[in-house]
Amino acid sequence: MMRRLLPRPALSLTLFLLWAALSNAGSAGTLLLGALLALLLPHIVSPFWPDAPRIKHPGVALSFAARIAWDMLLANWAVARRVVGPVTALHPAFVEVPLDLRDPFAATVLGSIVSLTPGTVSIDVDRERWVLQVHALDAPDPAALIRQIKQHYEKPIREIFAC
Amino acid sequence: MLNFAIEAGFVLIGLAMLLNLWRLLKGPDITDRILALDTLNINAIALLVLYGIREASSAYFEGALLLAAMGFVATVALCKYLLRGDIIE
Amino acid sequence: MNPYIEFVVAALILLGALFALLGSIGLARLPDFFTRLHGPTKATTLGVGAMVLASAVYFTATRDGVSLHEIAVMVFLFITAPVSAHLLAKAALHRQAAKDGMDVDGTE
Repeated sequence: MMRRLLPRPALSLTLFLLWAALSNAGSAGTLLLGALLALLLPHIVSPFWPDAPRIKHPGVALSFAARIAWDMLLANWAVARRVVGPVTALHPAFVEVPLDLRDPFAATVLGSIVSLTPGTVSIDVDRERWVLQVHALDAPDPAALIRQIKQHYEKPIREIFAC
Repeated sequence: MLNFAIEAGFVLIGLAMLLNLWRLLKGPDITDRILALDTLNINAIALLVLYGIREASSAYFEGALLLAAMGFVATVALCKYLLRGDIIE
Repeated sequence: MNPYIEFVVAALILLGALFALLGSIGLARLPDFFTRLHGPTKATTLGVGAMVLASAVYFTATRDGVSLHEIAVMVFLFITAPVSAHLLAKAALHRQAAKDGMDVDGTE
């Protein structure tokens, strides 16, 4: 019953919170309308987004989000320092990260997180070989970068989506 | 203190947008120009939000939201054009 | 306005403007397209993020009720920045491949 009514609890919650933020958490009426939309929209999108993975461990997801926020601050500091430092001291490189996860949505999440964190931008996800192609601004040691991405980001994502 | 921060913010973002303009004019490749336009757009959002604080008016927020949405769509459309509508392809 | 809140707003504005400038410096002075891609996707996004946060704190402090709609701009930018970067990188790689193909044998 609960599953029929709320096929995608995480999407519903996101929609409702975004609606509340946009309307400045205004009157009870606007919040009610937001709740209604949050209930209806997942049903409307389900025909063309049928197999999106569900969040299996919300607790892990929350602590992971907090760590990403912290990592992003550090990343900005690191990139800012390299941007004003000497350009010739940089070691830009294309790095291929072999993936263990096998879900397109989880791979997209990983790619986005990699783009927003330390000195790396994800270029492409190869869904045949399951490889994430990454460009690093300063990577003197690519093997360490691959280890870090797999350990810091891929492992928690696989845990969250159980994939 | 707040007034000083706002004025300094205008100067810093103005400089940033001048640098974006320089990259936009210089290129060398078209992807550099699209990247410069995208960055110019993001800096314009920051400028608009800052102007909203200065005028103590939340009306500018709507403009910032519109710029964020339209700028993203424009960047995606330009990239898609390069990827799909390329003469060589 | 409470001086502590004023200090927080001023600090967030300066931080945001500084990061926006640093991202643009990266765009202007780094040597090739793929290194230039790093400045805007990170520094500029955080710059706008801090600016928007300053606006949310300011309007919450000066008006009745909370002002949260600025957060929507921030969420939107953090979701779209990686997508833009990804598409720009793909477009650049595509053009590079097309150009290299042309140099070798005149066709793709």
